This record gives sequence, C-alpha cells and structure tokens, in this order.
Amino acid sequence: MNENRDVLLTIRDLRIEGRSDEQWNEIVKGVDLTLHKGEVLGLIGESGAGKSTIGLAAMGFARDGCRISGGTIDFDGIDLRKASEAKRRNLRGKRIAYVAQSAAASFNPAHRLIDQYAEGPVQHGVMSRGEANRDATELYRRMQLPNPDEIGFRYPHQVSGGQLQRAMTAMAMSCRPDLIIFDEPTTALDVTTQIEVLSAIRDIVEQFDTAAIYITHDLAVVAQMADKIKVLLKGEEVEEADTRTMLNAPTQDYTKSLWAVRSHTRPEQPPVAPGTTPVVAVRNVTAGYGTLDVLKNISFDIHARRTVAVVGESGSGKSTTARVITGLLPPREGEVLFNGTALPPDYRNRSKEQLRQAQMIYQMADTALNPKQRLRELIGRPAQMYLGLRGKALNERVRELLRLIELEPDDFIDRLPSELSGGQKQRIGIARALAAEPQFIICDEVTSALDQLVAEGILKLLDKLQDEFDLAYMFITHDLATVKSIADEVVVMKEGIVVEQGPKSEMFQPPHDPYTELLLSSVPEMDPDWLDKLLEERAAGGAGASVEGAGN
Amino acid sequence: MSHILKMIAQRLALGLVTLFVVSLIIALGTELLPGDFAQERLGQSATPETVAALRAQLGLDQPFHIRYLTWLRDIVTSGDFGVSLANGNPVTEQISERLRYTLWLAFYAAAISVPLSLTLGILAALFRNSFFDRFANASALTSISFPEFFVAYILIFLLAGAGGVFPSMVNFRTDPTFSEYLYRAFLPAITLTLVVTAHMMRMTRAAIINLLASPYIEMARLKGIKPMRVVLRHALPNALAPIINVIALNLAYLITGVVVVEVVFVYPGLGQLMVDSVRVRDMPVVQGVALIFAAAYVLLNLTADVLATLSNPRLVHKR
Repeated sequence: MNENRDVLLTIRDLRIEGRSDEQWNEIVKGVDLTLHKGEVLGLIGESGAGKSTIGLAAMGFARDGCRISGGTIDFDGIDLRKASEAKRRNLRGKRIAYVAQSAAASFNPAHRLIDQYAEGPVQHGVMSRGEANRDATELYRRMQLPNPDEIGFRYPHQVSGGQLQRAMTAMAMSCRPDLIIFDEPTTALDVTTQIEVLSAIRDIVEQFDTAAIYITHDLAVVAQMADKIKVLLKGEEVEEADTRTMLNAPTQDYTKSLWAVRSHTRPEQPPVAPGTTPVVAVRNVTAGYGTLDVLKNISFDIHARRTVAVVGESGSGKSTTARVITGLLPPREGEVLFNGTALPPDYRNRSKEQLRQAQMIYQMADTALNPKQRLRELIGRPAQMYLGLRGKALNERVRELLRLIELEPDDFIDRLPSELSGGQKQRIGIARALAAEPQFIICDEVTSALDQLVAEGILKLLDKLQDEFDLAYMFITHDLATVKSIADEVVVMKEGIVVEQGPKSEMFQPPHDPYTELLLSSVPEMDPDWLDKLLEERAAGGAGASVEGAGN
Repeated sequence: MSHILKMIAQRLALGLVTLFVVSLIIALGTELLPGDFAQERLGQSATPETVAALRAQLGLDQPFHIRYLTWLRDIVTSGDFGVSLANGNPVTEQISERLRYTLWLAFYAAAISVPLSLTLGILAALFRNSFFDRFANASALTSISFPEFFVAYILIFLLAGAGGVFPSMVNFRTDPTFSEYLYRAFLPAITLTLVVTAHMMRMTRAAIINLLASPYIEMARLKGIKPMRVVLRHALPNALAPIINVIALNLAYLITGVVVVEVVFVYPGLGQLMVDSVRVRDMPVVQGVALIFAAAYVLLNLTADVLATLSNPRLVHKR
C-alpha cells in the first residue's frame, strides 16, 4: 500500500564494525533497507542481531566503539555518511527522532520533563520556549498522560515507567520529525502498561503520518505496530515481508523457529495427594520495609516436584516474598514452614542445613556471578561449604554439575564468567544452586534477560532437573508465556495481596478474577489485529477494563 | 527542605563533637612532645628552680587533665580561649588578625583556581584525548608534582627578582587597600592556585567523562544538541556532587595546609602562627588554631554535602 509513496530512507549495503579485543569486527554485514514516508518497519531479532546499531545508523550515528564502515545511508536526498557532523546534528531530533528502551535512564535526571521536551524545538529553532511549552502540554494530552498540564513540571524520578515512556515518545514528536526510531520502547514495561504505550505510540504515529523503525525482540508486539517486518540474525537480513505475509508464511527456517518459540509446555502433573506436607508453606505473611507493608497476609504452598509461578507486575511484592522465604527480610507477622517445621524468620538464625535446602537463581546472571572467579570456584564453593567436599571429590562433583547443565566440563571448568554467553551464565547460576543439593529453588525472573530461544533452553533444563531431583520451584515472573510453559500452579499477586491462586489449567480458563483477566488479556498475540480488537473490547467494558494496571 | 535543615543541624552537632575530639588529640599530642613552655622559654639558662617557678606562675605544674579540663571549662562557660603563654595576649585576639589574612589568601587563591579548574576540566572533557586535553593534564600534573616551595621560588625567580613585577615578600606593616592587597599577595595566591588546580580540574574532567556513556547523554546527542551544550547542560549538573566535594577539600587545604607557602613569602597567616606556637609549646594558641582548622574542615564539608544534596533533584523533590 506504500508503493506509490515517496521513499524517505534508503540504506544500501550497510556495514558497521564494532571494536572488541583491540580489533574491529563486522557486526552489521551488508543490510539493505527502504522506508517510505509514513511507513512503519519492524526490525526483529535476538540480542546481537544488530537491530539497535542499524536503528542508530539510520540517524547517521554510531555508538562509541562502533563505526559505520561501508554502504550508503540516504535520508530524503541527504547522504548521511558524507554529510558534515553539523548537518547530521541538525537532522537529529528535528527530522529523525529516537525513542530509547529505558525512558527512566534516557531522561536526564537533573531536568524537568518539559525542559527536556522544549530543548529540541528551541535549540533547532523550530519553536519559541513558550510555544514549545504549550505544544508539550498538547502532546502529553494526546499521549493520554494524566494531568497533561502539570506532568511536564515533574522530574523523571517522580513519574512512573509507563508514563515516562509516553513522555519520551511525546518528546520525540516535539519537532514533528519525518522518522522516529523506536528502540524496544516497551521491553522494560509491565504488560498492562505496555498496552497503553503501544496504543498511544500507534495513534500518534498515525496522526502525524510519521515513518518509524520499530525495533523489538517481541514478535507479538511488532505484529501490532509494523506495516512490514525485517528479520535480522547476526547482522544479516534473514527475510523481509509485509507483516501479515511474514506472520502467516515465513519462508526461512530461522524465522519459523522464532515463530515456534513458545512451544515448550510442561506436561500436566497429577494433583498432590491431600495431606502431603508441602516443602515450603508461606503462612499469613505480612512484611514490609519501614512502615510500609509490601506483603499483606499472603499464604501459599509449594510441593516437591511442583513449580509454583508467582506472577504480578513490578511492585506487586513477588521479590519481597522471595526475600521473606530466604530470611533476608523477617516478616512482621506469619511464618514460613519448611517440610512442616517453622523456619527462624532471620536467615542469621537458621542452621546451615536449613540454608542449604533453599537456594536462589537470579535474574541477572551477569551481576550474580563473581567476575573474578572461575567456574570451578563458583560452582565448587557451595558444594565445599554445605557438603564438605574436598579435593578430588569436589572436582568430580563440579564436573558432574557441569554435565548436568549440559556444558562440557573439560572445556568450561576453568573459564571466567566473562567467557560465557548470557544463557551459559544462567546455566552456571543453576549449577551453583544445585551444588548445595537443595529441595527448593527460587527462580527470580531467570529468563527475563534472555532471548526467547535461549530462555526456552533454560526452561527445559529446569524441568529436566526438577524431575531428576524432585525439586520444588518457586518461579517469579511477570511473563505469562513463561508461566504457561512451566508452571503447575499459579499465584497472582497485586500490590502485596494474592489475588488468585490455583492449578495452571484453572488459571488459564475463565472465569477469572478481574485483575487476572486484565493481565491475561494484555499479553500480546501474534495476530496483527489483536491490539485493535482488545482496545475495542476494553472500550466496551470487557477484557479487564474495570481494573487499573499496577504500573499506573 | 525540612530534611536538609535537619541534616544541617545534625551535622553541626556532630561537628562540635569532632572539635572536642580534635582538641583532646592536640592536647595529648603536645603533651607527648619533649619539654614544655617553661623550659623552652628559659632555654639554656634554666635552672630547676626558675623553671619550676615559671611553671607555677603559668599553672603548668598542674597535672595534664586538670589543665585540659580548666581550659575546656573556660570555653564552655565564658567562651574564653585563654591567653597566649608567650605574650599574655588573649588567644582570640591573636588568632583573629592571622585568620583574616589566611582567609584573604584562601579566597584569593580560590577565586582564581576554582573557575580556572572548572573551565579547564570542562574543556578537557569536551575535547577529551585531544592535544588540549593532554596539554592541560600534563601541565596540571607537573605543577602538583613539584613541592610547593619549589614552585614558589621559581615564581619568585620569574616574576619578582631582578626586573620582576611582583613583591617576593608580603609586607603588611601598613594596612593594605584591596588593590594593594591583590598586588602584594599575588605570588602566594598563584603558587597555591598551581598546587590545587590539578586536583579539581582532573576531578571535573573525570566526573563529566564518567557520565558521557549514560543513556541520557546519548539521548541528548540524538536530539541534535551541540557538544558544548551536552556537556554543560546534560553532564555537568549530574556531575556536580563529586566536583563540589573536591572543591571543598581543596578550599579546606587552602586554609589549613599553606604553611610552607606562608613561610616562603613571609605571609602572616595561621600556619606560621601554628608552627611558631608549637615550637615554644604555647598550648592555648596551638589549641585555638587547631580548632579553627578543624572547624574549617567541618563547615566546608557540610557546605559541600548540602550543595551536593541540593544539586540532586531526586533528593530535593520527593516523589
């Protein structure tokens, strides 16, 4: 439908090099791209595919440590590679704008939102300060921000993540650019907030007929936003097609594997025999920081060989629950039972044996592994401390653990964390938890930072280990797709209260609690019409329209 | 704002405790030095009798804790810091004139060095790894690598000496007017500037460069903001806290650490007074000067913390 529109951006044979280990390596290897006026192109791929790098190159920009080494970038007749820096600078913000992944990090903490909004138009000489202020209020209103007259006078830390992301989109619109680069604008948001940001972005892009490059790793999201989709893998194009064609009939194997990614499902487990003592029982726990109660009277059980998924948006108290169970945060009221016996509230009063039985795996494997220790020490330490293994026995145990997590011991045992990929690091986190031979493991968002294919592998591994060692898992996540694939039971939390709990099969069948309904209906689906349908349904009062998301 | 006022009150109270501890340490420290004022004053000609008589006259025959507590009581009850053992003048009177000169010199040096180092630091960050950056860094490092007295004598050689423009000795026998003062104290001020500029400049540069990789700086660049404005408006406000702290430390140094420069230029400041008083074991004066030095550190650090807090909207504007 865009064939007869004017071409806005033409990229031919784009090559970008990144510097690592004192040499330049090609990270984008000859990508072509054509964008017409008013058209939205979705760029998808896993991390390292070069999506953001290409997005920035469309602004004639390369991050420190990167350089554009070949090809042409033509924006509306201007060769961005040959243009002077001053000329490129004059385009940036004014005709090509950028919306970053984390608005919280990309807004300057020292200035108010409206000052940052006005800076672009005023510096580019598009508007006076007064005009820019009025315009900001107008765009905040169009982005459906609450209190549009007042919100601009707040500092970034005073505004929630979803609102900041909308304020950043408004800021990108401030000079009415011809092209906006959206770099994973909703990845850091909760699902309920994501819906609002997606619909606001789509409306405003349509209203001003702005062309956009929408970068994401979430296929369902890009299906809602883009007219056409380009799939990237390791700096090369896999295929490009119109959105519907791409979703219905991908031609390349890689694309098909991406589409099929949410296929792993744990077989349904038989119900736990009545009267079985749960491994972990949380009983009427109320806990919080300072005077604020973060958890209010929550109770649930976790049985051996079962995975309980604790679901909720940021601030719902999921991680605080984990802190109470591990004894990092003694509760104000209630208790935690382990195999029927109450645990001391404070971990300092727990015995070594009690500590050994409950282990944790963290979201950011990067920061949870000591960068100066080799895998031998990282994995060996808990085995040495809890089980008293030494010398040869310890070495053998570490090798066995490495085999369990499907890493070749000879190859890996003396590596440092920096010599591992993200997925491998997370596997080391798992091995370290297993080394203590626990009965119970808390997995805190363990797949959130990983690409889908890699995350899938981790989930399968966790499943396999559970069967092998009769483990009980508490799986903290905000991602309902993950819940579907690995949970036996689900606990839905909102603002420190358990809203709903029960077996997975019940949770994903109506009738739902209204909040569960809101969460479930907010998970994007591959259908390109999903967002439209959902918004229509919500306008008519369905699909959880009556409850507020926690992010707002 | 109330939490800032509360912080100031708390810190001032803690400051008083600090001053008390400092006075105790100084008293103990001078007690450990061999000899006392009576012996030093009477020198070679001392006989045991005359020393004992002088001690009794000045109250030095009392045990240490009695002397210290008497001194402390006089301050707490009547604000009386005692009299100098050497000349019988009240300590406050003796210190106040020297303090005035010391503060003058500190302000003079700060007025040159703070703007200079901020400007150089910002420019070095802006043109990092350029020739300018390297040159500024190298010359700043060179100037702090030499001992102060060496810098001072080099300056005297170049700017005073034969055919020189500025006086090599600061003469305050007649009370100077403002412009006379600026002229007479020019060389010590420049010496001090050379000593403190490097530290502040390098911190400014490092604090800014540290932020240049932040997402909001990239955002500013992608908005098409000019590099100078990116540094001044987007990086600098977020780099203020560490810069302010380094400035405060250097200002404290300008008040308390300049004795060598005072000696070289015969400048009548507190440093010289301190050294002279320690030499003759003139305890009340030593204590008074030490308290002033400690108070300068306490107040400057407090000011730095308050300013650093005020420079951070997250601490000023609560959610």
